[in-house]
Amino acid sequence: MNRIKTLTAVAAAAVLLTTAGAAYAGKALDAIKERGFIKCGVSDGLPGFSYADEKGNYNGIDVDVCRAVAAAVFGDAAKVKFTPLTAKERLTALQSGEIDVLSRNTTWTSSRDSAQGLNFTGVTYYDGQGFLVNKKLGVKSAKQLDGATVCVQAGTTTELNLSDYFRANKMKLTPISYDKSDESAKSLEAGRCDVLTSDQSQLYAQRIKLAKPGDYIVLPEVISKEPLGPVVRHGDDEWFDIVKWALFVMVNAEEMGITSKNVEEMKKSANPDIKRLLGVEGDKGKDFGLANDWMAVVIKQVGNYGEVFNRNVGAGSDLKIERGLNALWNQGGLQYAPPVR
Amino acid sequence: MAEARIPHPDLPPPVSIVGPIGWLRRNLFSSPLNILLTLLTLYLLVIAIPPLLRWTVLNATWSGDTRDACQANSGACWVFIRVHFDQFMYGFYPDAQRWRVDLTVLLLIVSAAPLFIRRVPNQIKLRLALGILACYPIIAFILLTGGFGLAVVETSQWGGLLLTLVIAGVGMTAALPLGVLLALGRRSQLPAIQTLCVTFIEFWRGVPLITVLFMSSVMLPLFLPADMSFDKLLRALIGVSLFQAAYMAEVVRGGLQAIPKGQFEAAAALGLGFWKMMGLIVLPQALKLVIPGIVNTFIALFKDTSLVLIIGLFDLLNMVHNATTNPAWLGFSTEGYVFAAAVYWLFCFGMSRYSQSLEKRLHTGHKR
Repeated sequence: MNRIKTLTAVAAAAVLLTTAGAAYAGKALDAIKERGFIKCGVSDGLPGFSYADEKGNYNGIDVDVCRAVAAAVFGDAAKVKFTPLTAKERLTALQSGEIDVLSRNTTWTSSRDSAQGLNFTGVTYYDGQGFLVNKKLGVKSAKQLDGATVCVQAGTTTELNLSDYFRANKMKLTPISYDKSDESAKSLEAGRCDVLTSDQSQLYAQRIKLAKPGDYIVLPEVISKEPLGPVVRHGDDEWFDIVKWALFVMVNAEEMGITSKNVEEMKKSANPDIKRLLGVEGDKGKDFGLANDWMAVVIKQVGNYGEVFNRNVGAGSDLKIERGLNALWNQGGLQYAPPVR
Repeated sequence: MAEARIPHPDLPPPVSIVGPIGWLRRNLFSSPLNILLTLLTLYLLVIAIPPLLRWTVLNATWSGDTRDACQANSGACWVFIRVHFDQFMYGFYPDAQRWRVDLTVLLLIVSAAPLFIRRVPNQIKLRLALGILACYPIIAFILLTGGFGLAVVETSQWGGLLLTLVIAGVGMTAALPLGVLLALGRRSQLPAIQTLCVTFIEFWRGVPLITVLFMSSVMLPLFLPADMSFDKLLRALIGVSLFQAAYMAEVVRGGLQAIPKGQFEAAAALGLGFWKMMGLIVLPQALKLVIPGIVNTFIALFKDTSLVLIIGLFDLLNMVHNATTNPAWLGFSTEGYVFAAAVYWLFCFGMSRYSQSLEKRLHTGHKR
């Protein structure tokens, strides 16, 4: 009996040691530089966020974040290897060191930031649950949805948020659950439900699937907070800083009006803020242990936040999502980056 | 003088017994119940076929390069399949290297063709089969992964039908021999071997394949040091092979138990050792008996390969799913899944027909 106990203890200790070893394998950044490319975890297919096109190239807002990090570290946005991950395996893949950074529409929550040993580096997209309705209903606000039949995906937090919202507003609700997003889109079209609810970013993708997308609108209300952002694991603060600032640089660039097209001209600008950001003046870039002009390289190769948003999910894409919460802070949105100085 | 009796010529059988009408009466309208069933089936066909035909063929769009080409027609948009066809076949395998995949498949077809020609003597067939088993996996591995002057293509770039066939092929070739060994081990007189085999079989049959795949991709990396990373596809291949071997073992054991004791005793009386007895007398009879079971397992394995989508491998089904998430092609999931279903059906039906012809050819006294 005792021997079995000892054996179990030894086995448990061995497991603990190896997992601890995996989670704190020293400097992530050094390993990445030595390897020559970044291992980035993305979604296994989410319109506008990450998907592979007919040619097999990865596209999307989450994908561009990884490209920006690669441009920062190696001066080349192409030095990144994408690993498509399912929702279930994404966090383990990061914890076990299979990937360096996870950029996969992952919601920033307290437990992921603490107990799971991860660090969210920022918010690439402020998402939230919304409603898609047929224009014919004449509904302008979610508050008018009393007694509505709502299509929702089964077993998600979306379902819980929905019933919470209706209860808080003392409205009657008939939910219809579906397993797949395709099914719920089809049943909205067939009129089996009045409203379809999902994360807003997904509602726009759902709308394209309908026969007459123009007949449907997304209501302005957002009933839950889903800040989506890139994640790294605990243990290497320098790497954390780089991933965090790759995004901040893109947001700052949009605020200063620097785009991938005009970045070379902007280097001649008299504005000290712009000079510092583009590495013309001072050595802010070097502080990260990277080339001094890495921020300019990121903007040149990937673009500013507005450009990235626009071509993947915004007006320049098929999804046509409005900026909304993702507009800059000085234009009524939430996208705000600390200054470079 | 007797009058010659000329028999009246035979009358033709009544129209209601022979010909198409007779066939209909015999097979479709022989009883009230059958009449009812026939009419019901006809009704179902009438309401199902025209819309199906309209969607798949008449109103479908075949030409064009973008989704806009499909807006005019109400039927299926096969452009979606055509644009993505290469991707469904090869996954993310680099364009310039795809000839290697074609060559790999071609090599197998050419080298294995003599096995399916009846006139080739069995001795040569046996040698050829052993030769293919020994050499082909190595050649295919080098061709597909690279090395020896070929550009390296990582397994994460494999996908589509290629990946489905790799998983199914490796699973089948590994599971059958391993299953035979396990079945023999389970019936062994040696307690150590028997316990080992029973434990193995019962363990792998006791867990769902989805759990095996999930453990291999999610839990295993946590127990390994960070710098040691196993290939994801390799992990899945090992999982699938061991899992199917356990099932195969039980199928083969069924065949072994059907062989009369006299066969074993006769073999022993001839002075054959264990391996000769099994290889020459018992296994040929046992395997022949369980061909339907073996093929059944193979077909199940072929379809089970689609489960790898939960660990983010892009087999045919997941590749189709990926294509439906491209914003430029949203809303064509039905076409994609119909295409995937057709491909799976083609392969499974092929296997089933081949097994039937094999059974017919090998029947030597067992068929009733």
